[in-house]
Amino acid sequence: MTDILTPAPVADPPAARRSVAARIFGHQLVWPVLAIVLMLVVDVIASPGFLSIRILDGHLYGNPIDIIRNSAPVMLVALGMTLVIATRGIDLSVGAVAAIAGAVACTRIVGAADEGAASAAILACTTALAVCVLLGVWNGFLVSVLGIQPIIATLVLMVAGRGIALLVTDGQITTPTNGTFSDLASGYVLGLPIAFLVAVGMVLLTAALTRRTALGMLIEAVGINPDASRLAGVRARTITWTVYVFAAVCAGIAGLIIAANTNSVNAESLGLWIELDAILAVVIGGTALTGGRFSLAGTVVGALLIATLARTIPSIGIPSEANYVFKALVVIVVCLLQSPRVRAAFRARLRRTSEPKAVAA
Amino acid sequence: MSPTTLPASPSTWDRVRSYSPPGRYLPVIGTFALFVGMFGVGGLQYDQFADTQNLLNLLRDNSFFIVLAVGMTFVILTGGIDLSVGSVAALSTMVLAKLLQDGWSVYPAMGAVLLVGILLGALMGVLIHYLDIQPFIATLAGLFLARGVTFLISTDQIPITNEGFFEIAFKQVTLWSGYTTYWTVLVSLATVVVAAYVLARTRFGRTVYAIGGNEASAMLMGLRVAVVKVGVYAISGCCAALAGILYGLYLSSANSRAAIGWELDAIAAVVIGGTLLTGGRGFVIGSFIGVLVLGTIKALINFDGSLDPAWIRIVIGVLLLVFVVIQRLMTRRQT
Repeated sequence: MTDILTPAPVADPPAARRSVAARIFGHQLVWPVLAIVLMLVVDVIASPGFLSIRILDGHLYGNPIDIIRNSAPVMLVALGMTLVIATRGIDLSVGAVAAIAGAVACTRIVGAADEGAASAAILACTTALAVCVLLGVWNGFLVSVLGIQPIIATLVLMVAGRGIALLVTDGQITTPTNGTFSDLASGYVLGLPIAFLVAVGMVLLTAALTRRTALGMLIEAVGINPDASRLAGVRARTITWTVYVFAAVCAGIAGLIIAANTNSVNAESLGLWIELDAILAVVIGGTALTGGRFSLAGTVVGALLIATLARTIPSIGIPSEANYVFKALVVIVVCLLQSPRVRAAFRARLRRTSEPKAVAA
Repeated sequence: MSPTTLPASPSTWDRVRSYSPPGRYLPVIGTFALFVGMFGVGGLQYDQFADTQNLLNLLRDNSFFIVLAVGMTFVILTGGIDLSVGSVAALSTMVLAKLLQDGWSVYPAMGAVLLVGILLGALMGVLIHYLDIQPFIATLAGLFLARGVTFLISTDQIPITNEGFFEIAFKQVTLWSGYTTYWTVLVSLATVVVAAYVLARTRFGRTVYAIGGNEASAMLMGLRVAVVKVGVYAISGCCAALAGILYGLYLSSANSRAAIGWELDAIAAVVIGGTLLTGGRGFVIGSFIGVLVLGTIKALINFDGSLDPAWIRIVIGVLLLVFVVIQRLMTRRQT
């Protein structure tokens, strides 16, 4: 009986050989990575010096550096979104939270006694992140305690949040002048942009917390079935709550980086549609919106793909506003590739190549 | 209490006194009471606020939101969501302005815009129904696509200078005792009436409710789920296009950054109007009143002048929250 249940330990050679190729092409990140490579190839064809990196004043400069720097805000927001989506939720309020964080930080710096001091920037950013924790607690309360659908619960803050940000900035475009604060976006450490290092640091921290401890498994358990996981002794409510707080903090850091990048905060436009970019990055990375499993590496690749796309479009001579059209196409293609129905149709077609070419349209 | 214990022919007063509306109308009645209350407060606080002309202005300033919310109601009744309506409305205004600039006459241009809206909506419906893509994601793609095309057409403002267009835009209709309104208002009210009729009296409407109640059962009952689901998104796209046209008529110009966040206003209006977000229950008339409630908030805050306009969004958010929590409590009690 046990012999039947346990699979043979040694697979036959052809199967093993096939599994290497299958493992590479079956991996969910192959297509996004290939897409990035393809875009970079197109970029190099369009402008041969695209990938060159120069060293200027001890910093690295060049398009690839710009891409990784610009990917930081989406990467951060998408990081929080990944965990939220893993619990089968969604957080629409991240753009508004980012705007509030930027608004709080900038007004605190402008209002500080010494506007240029490093301590003013640190204090302002800490205050902003504390506000974000509160906002995350609020979202988490609506979702985990009141049991409101996540999309609707976070819609409330998405609608109201920009109003709050407008109140904080008094409707003005606030422009702080603080070297430490702007370093958050344009500064370099070890030749790499600080924004990117912050994002990668958060990803690594999250990866360590979720993959080196049981936390990731618990989050996935909640995403698969909150009731069952609660009955199995998982504190489903606390985990859901924590995940929304985490998403808000990530969004807050992203908001700080965006505000620091332009040295200004416009409550109307800061982080506009970043929630959609973040969801896009998560979906590209192979995390299913139905929850229950997540891939942090996938999210990083997804964010890099979006940033590369944003850089590629102007470099091949298309106006950068067309970005949205390409994003739409990426969303549709990714969803089609992930859709079980489309996969089944393709598989059926591959099996019966003699059949007329009819794919569900 | 129970009608059997009453005398054979209860007096009119008794019937009025013991009347209680069917439970399914309660959310709409609640929203209507809220609207009357807010409008009344405004009337007490500010001269001219409760004037009939102000009510007519409220309808005009919100005519495009009314149309958007009507389309969104169809989608939400099936248990879906349409995030693309704001972008589609912006695209429609832009296409209309561009076509008029290129020398098209008004009605063919409007027809073309409506067709674009219907096609975009139907496309999303096909993605959602036949390819099993979540409504949220499919319409997100629609949002990006429509906004991107809008930016591609023009990133600047395009003024609309067509004479035939102005004739429609500023043609007034005289109502009773000197009150006037615009054609655009009548178009939006007609949309509400037609939509209410379709939902209440046609097979299409009943199928919409059935899908929202339980899609699998609707399918097993042999209802035409595919046609209706695709149709619902086509209707939403058509409504978004019509809203874009009305917005163009309202402003006489097209701006690629217009209508950002309208989808949220539309969803909020539908929710405040008492439609259940999980689908299956709700009325177009509720969404209509929901838009009026949101419009009254905006009007009140603008009338006051001392309040920051930012409060509009916060109050809408709070109202949304209150209604969502009420919905949650109601559904919890029933299940």
